[in-house]
Amino acid sequence: MRLVPVDWVVLGLYVAFVLGIGWLVSRRTKSGEDFLLAGRSVPAWICGLAFISANLGAQEVIGMAASGAKYGIATAHFYWVGAIPAMVFVGLFMMQFYYGSKARSAPEYLRLRFDEKTRGFNAISFAVMTVFSSGISMYAMAKLIQTLHVLDAPFKQWGLPASSIFDAAILVSAVVVLIYIYLGGLKGAIYNEALQFFLIVAGFAPLVWLGLKAVGGWEGIKTQLGPAYVHAWRGLGHASTNPLGVDWFGLLMGLGFVLSFGYWCTDFLLVQRAMAADSMASARRTPLIAAALKMFFPFLVILPGLVAMSLTSGLVKPDGRLAAQPAGVHGTLDPVARAAAAPQSQAIIPVKVDPLTGKPALDKAGRPVLDYDLAAPNLLIRFFPSGMLGLGLTALLASFMSGMAGNVTAFNTVWTYDIYQAYIRKGASDGHYLMVARLATFFGVALSVGAAYLTTRFNNIMDLLQLVFAFINAPVFATFLLGMFWTRTTGHGAFTGLVAGTAAAAVHHGLTLPDGAVAGVKGGWLGAVAHVYPSEMAQNFYTAIFAWSVCFLVTIVVSLMTRRPDKAALEGLVYQLTPKVSEAHLPWWRRPVTWGLAVLAAVLALNLIFR
Amino acid sequence: MSFDIRLPIGILFLALGLLLIAFGFVSDPAIYREHSLGVNINLAWGAVMAAFGALMTGLALTGRRGG
Repeated sequence: MRLVPVDWVVLGLYVAFVLGIGWLVSRRTKSGEDFLLAGRSVPAWICGLAFISANLGAQEVIGMAASGAKYGIATAHFYWVGAIPAMVFVGLFMMQFYYGSKARSAPEYLRLRFDEKTRGFNAISFAVMTVFSSGISMYAMAKLIQTLHVLDAPFKQWGLPASSIFDAAILVSAVVVLIYIYLGGLKGAIYNEALQFFLIVAGFAPLVWLGLKAVGGWEGIKTQLGPAYVHAWRGLGHASTNPLGVDWFGLLMGLGFVLSFGYWCTDFLLVQRAMAADSMASARRTPLIAAALKMFFPFLVILPGLVAMSLTSGLVKPDGRLAAQPAGVHGTLDPVARAAAAPQSQAIIPVKVDPLTGKPALDKAGRPVLDYDLAAPNLLIRFFPSGMLGLGLTALLASFMSGMAGNVTAFNTVWTYDIYQAYIRKGASDGHYLMVARLATFFGVALSVGAAYLTTRFNNIMDLLQLVFAFINAPVFATFLLGMFWTRTTGHGAFTGLVAGTAAAAVHHGLTLPDGAVAGVKGGWLGAVAHVYPSEMAQNFYTAIFAWSVCFLVTIVVSLMTRRPDKAALEGLVYQLTPKVSEAHLPWWRRPVTWGLAVLAAVLALNLIFR
Repeated sequence: MSFDIRLPIGILFLALGLLLIAFGFVSDPAIYREHSLGVNINLAWGAVMAAFGALMTGLALTGRRGG
């Protein structure tokens, strides 16, 4: 599928606008506070859109479709269980501490509440992770552009080798993001994220509509794929009876509580966007607005995966006959087998080809493995004619850029305030820190590019980052929770808890393996394997539960053993010592609590509908 | 002095919408039979985007609190 001029114009308009917005904002960016904190002047609805947009990278858009194709609507758990409750919690209960304290970042909150070493641990681990995350996103995007072959023809025309498409994709996207953040800082990034949100919806909504039309709606998907794909809660009593390979406890505690809250409540990439809001009420509403929208994202990003799976497996009948032909093999094939047997030229989800042998890749049972990551991109190419294709690709690019910008702006702030100002040069002028922040944009982007190229050499980096995220994010939520809701937590307790939790995560991972995996980056690297989990997801969730629990307990024990913190210093930082946020002056329908309850009710309804 | 992001969003969507509508008119109908189930998706979705763009631009220009 090739791009024609109208596609390029669509893309060009998008790039021109994001750069233009960066430039327009730069004219009003005078101080370090403007650049790094958006001057705390952004309305709630924009912060809410930026909150989701920054989280929604291209990897999620592609990855959720892939998971939808592989696991069915159970993938929605990542949203309905794994995001919404945490988002409501951070809005109603934690935002007041982030926004109300004088902290300019999440690590800085830790310094105010605890001590320097706790802040340092969080700041450094976050800075490293966020740069790697950015790089891996860039890698995924560039690889996708390469795989889609949409740039093959123009590159040939310009006399450039096809291998440079990857480099060009990385370079161009890095430069565009670099420019608009260098110019506009956090505010530029946030405004662009709002724009990118609408573009992502504009690119994917018609795809979902066309896809559903083609398969005969939800009923069509049900018929084609069977009950396992269209029920989110069925079979969660035991890992062996559901597609995710995990039990309800692992899902609720591991994903729903630890990982979800660990990410949505403490990851500075997100918290930063709410902290940019123009008032306390706006800051509290930001995650709620984001949650209200995010709730419906499964229909935008997961459904394409189900549609793609439906269409591909639908090319072959259950008895093995091609849907278009009368004669064939007899038997009953499941959707995966039918998809694997489908004529590859028509398959939206192709069989994965082993790059070394050129033959279909096989799983441990000898069955061909499907390349689920191609579900969304191939669906786009299949249903979008020129014009819309340009829009669809722009939407993908927008989702990537918003994710990357989120990482870079978070890095800038943490670097400037929590690392540079804290450890390298204190007490300089605001102008100096503005310069440092702008410089940080350059080397943040450069480091991301480096991480992207590192990923080309070590494909395991993606798995590794997932792991590291879990190791670091899981315990950190216990730290913030105990910090914000228990006055007795001390700095020594918090730091020891964090270290212990992270170590516990590593040890747990080193001693366990998912079923069928070999020891290495998947686990079991400490030599002995104490437990085999039914799936990678189960191992992930239980590692998180273990890490959080260790951090929680160690923090409490060590806090009780160390000197209690000075109550006066805790005002505004802990629930018991902070004046209650009063909503009495607002009509009931404007109160964050009302919005929070409404969101929870809606997500409960969705879970019931798709159980 | 605040900056209303609804204006650039509105203008971009209006521009993209009109572009898709125009392309929808001049393009070969065969591409819609091949891809989008016979629906002229450029025209249809272009119209939706342009309407959204017009709405955003209108909101921004009438100066309602937003940026």
